[in-house]
Amino acid sequence: MSSYKFKPYNVGRWVIWSLFAIVLICAPLVFISNLSGTILAQMGIAIIACLSYNILLGQGGMLSFGHAVYTGLGSFVAIHALNTVTAGNANIPVTLIPLVGGLAGIGFAVLLGYVTTKKAGTPFAMITLGVAELVFAMSLMFSEFFGGEAGISGNRVVGQSVWGITFGPQIQIYYLIAIYTFICVALMYAFTQTPLGRILNAVRDNPERVEFIGYNTQRVRYFAFIIAGFFAGISGGLGALNFEIVTAEVVGAGRSGGYLLFTFLGGATFFFGPIIGGILMVLAFVLLSEFTKAWLLYLGLLFLIMVIYAPGGIASLIMMNLRVASFGKLKQIWVSYLALFVTSLVTLVGAGAMIEMIYHLQLNSTLGDTLIFMGVTLNAKGVDSWFGSLFIMLTGLGLFEAVRRQFLMEWGDIQVEIEKEIKRREAA
Amino acid sequence: MEFFIISLLNGMSYGLLLFMLSSGLTLIFSMMGVLNFAHASFYMMGAYFGYTLSNLIGFWPALLIAPILVGACGVIFERLTLRKVHKFGHVPELLITFGLSYIVYELVQLIWGRIAVVFPPPEILQGAAFTIVNHSVNGLQFFWGGVPSELCQTTDAMIRLVCSPFPATRGFMMLVALLMLFSLWLLLTKTRVGLVIQAALTHPETVESLGHNVPRVFMLVFGAGTGLAGLAGVIGGTTFVTEPTMAATVGSVIFVVVVVGGMGSLSGAFLASILIGVIQTFAIAFDYSFISVANSLGFKLSEALSNNSLLKLTVSQVAPILPYLFLVLILIFRPKGLLGTREG
Repeated sequence: MSSYKFKPYNVGRWVIWSLFAIVLICAPLVFISNLSGTILAQMGIAIIACLSYNILLGQGGMLSFGHAVYTGLGSFVAIHALNTVTAGNANIPVTLIPLVGGLAGIGFAVLLGYVTTKKAGTPFAMITLGVAELVFAMSLMFSEFFGGEAGISGNRVVGQSVWGITFGPQIQIYYLIAIYTFICVALMYAFTQTPLGRILNAVRDNPERVEFIGYNTQRVRYFAFIIAGFFAGISGGLGALNFEIVTAEVVGAGRSGGYLLFTFLGGATFFFGPIIGGILMVLAFVLLSEFTKAWLLYLGLLFLIMVIYAPGGIASLIMMNLRVASFGKLKQIWVSYLALFVTSLVTLVGAGAMIEMIYHLQLNSTLGDTLIFMGVTLNAKGVDSWFGSLFIMLTGLGLFEAVRRQFLMEWGDIQVEIEKEIKRREAA
Repeated sequence: MEFFIISLLNGMSYGLLLFMLSSGLTLIFSMMGVLNFAHASFYMMGAYFGYTLSNLIGFWPALLIAPILVGACGVIFERLTLRKVHKFGHVPELLITFGLSYIVYELVQLIWGRIAVVFPPPEILQGAAFTIVNHSVNGLQFFWGGVPSELCQTTDAMIRLVCSPFPATRGFMMLVALLMLFSLWLLLTKTRVGLVIQAALTHPETVESLGHNVPRVFMLVFGAGTGLAGLAGVIGGTTFVTEPTMAATVGSVIFVVVVVGGMGSLSGAFLASILIGVIQTFAIAFDYSFISVANSLGFKLSEALSNNSLLKLTVSQVAPILPYLFLVLILIFRPKGLLGTREG
């Protein structure tokens, strides 16, 4: 995108960041219901968490299975700080409580990261898993700090209100989270431009060579880990303020897995990928889990397909299509896109009907044999329902495969044309 | 004394079960560089397949067929997904097995339900393999099988009498694991197939140019490794509980085993499995805390100290975190693992 740089101001960047700020400000004005208020707040928190995770995964090539340790412990320290303020033993404004979480994140990352970042690659992944299990097992042992089964609850309306802001209403806490989100995203973007951020990319791509030019790769990983821990802790602290309760589940393996899954789905190779991932994570956890009980299964399947066919996540799909569009080739391919979409939808409907029928038999069999799936009444014990679903799925699958082959050919042709076009422009 | 023997045997049998899992994991890792995150999921599949098959055709045929089915699933998975991402590097490979662990977990809940199923061992394995009777007058006595109850009861209050049975399923578990270990060793060192596998471990290109189909060898090794996990699953399922969370329970422990033993070292995995199995079993059996030890040694602790939650923890409460603590210590003091050769 070098063609859009204007000195001394990079106009493109100003436009994008201003748009981001406007979206953050206007979102609660557009989505005004109570549910969307909490969803938006959670999205801000998830965006920070996923971006901090991507410092490890995308920028450092470190696959961590224990990122929830840092967000979770940040949450716990933040809620304890909040309770200390409530008891009158400390005087920290509520606006700075997330920073307390961030400092806790730094502290734990300094402590645990020293062991973790001794290795890279696969051993790193296993050690993070071990550390995560360690912390989770400890959370059940020390009930004074972790609150046992019930967790620790707090009250964010403490201290004197400034300009009438008490942080009682959801909208006020949303704007606090939005401000933190904007600043953290900006800081993390700035981090990618620093020498440390750059050398971190080099450590990911070729650690041996980095050692040769005189850097200690272990220390680079360690510093990056600490910075990721800081932002993770901030997101944890915001979570503590938002929910006003922290349970041991926040340090659990499920949460860590969620960060990994959605950061990858959003796209680890681009800076904005985890932002998409964070938004998707909240939508999946809040909305999809309401919609179907089998949502983890769909999520796992989607993840598997994405790893095989689009390892760059949604962000890379967007960027590839932007490239196609910028060369004006999108109109050649949109029919195939439509066909791909429709056939995959048909497949999904068939498969979904069968999955929902099995789930119905397994869990709700007391409610009778019939269930309603997408407006159609299915009989979970009837042959015709099963046969129909299977038929729909197989038809969709067959058509999808045919369309996919056609699409791949067209896509290849377009890429060749684009390469030619680039060469022609360079020659001119 | 009898407590020590039984605990040691329990620990060994648990350690051998861990080894059945970690051997497959290590084999796959050292060969393909893939850490199979879903290895414990294949273990769980083995347990559930074993459960369904033993209801249909009986336990012993199920013990044979379920691992083969699990291995077949492993082969299909390798062929359809893992091979496709091999060119992208190790992180996508790890991610894809991670995704599989989610899917297997959900599918198992979908098919067999969310609560534990009843998967009893066959008639012959129910009850005790042997019993140790500790009689304060007659000393230690050893009996094969269970003992009649009158031997374990006494009317004389002066005589201390303890019967410690050792479950037959655990004995069977040890037997199968040792047999498996032996045949694995024979296969790898004494047969032609083993030679090809060992060569493909270190020099895949050379082996390929000699006319062996290395991707197929990889596929078969993956199938064999997951099949071993399936076998462990059938036995582990009858001995412990067959439930959807069984994969998560054992999964993180076998990763600890593989790191502690040294990545890619079979003998290291063996040593670490036994160590962790024994340590964990002994820790669960002890109910001492710092405070109770101090009290029994005659120290008087202050009120604040004896209410300290850290000091109140008993060894058995700490048992779940011991493998991970062990992992951290090993990484600090011996980063390549107990018997590992490479620092990765």
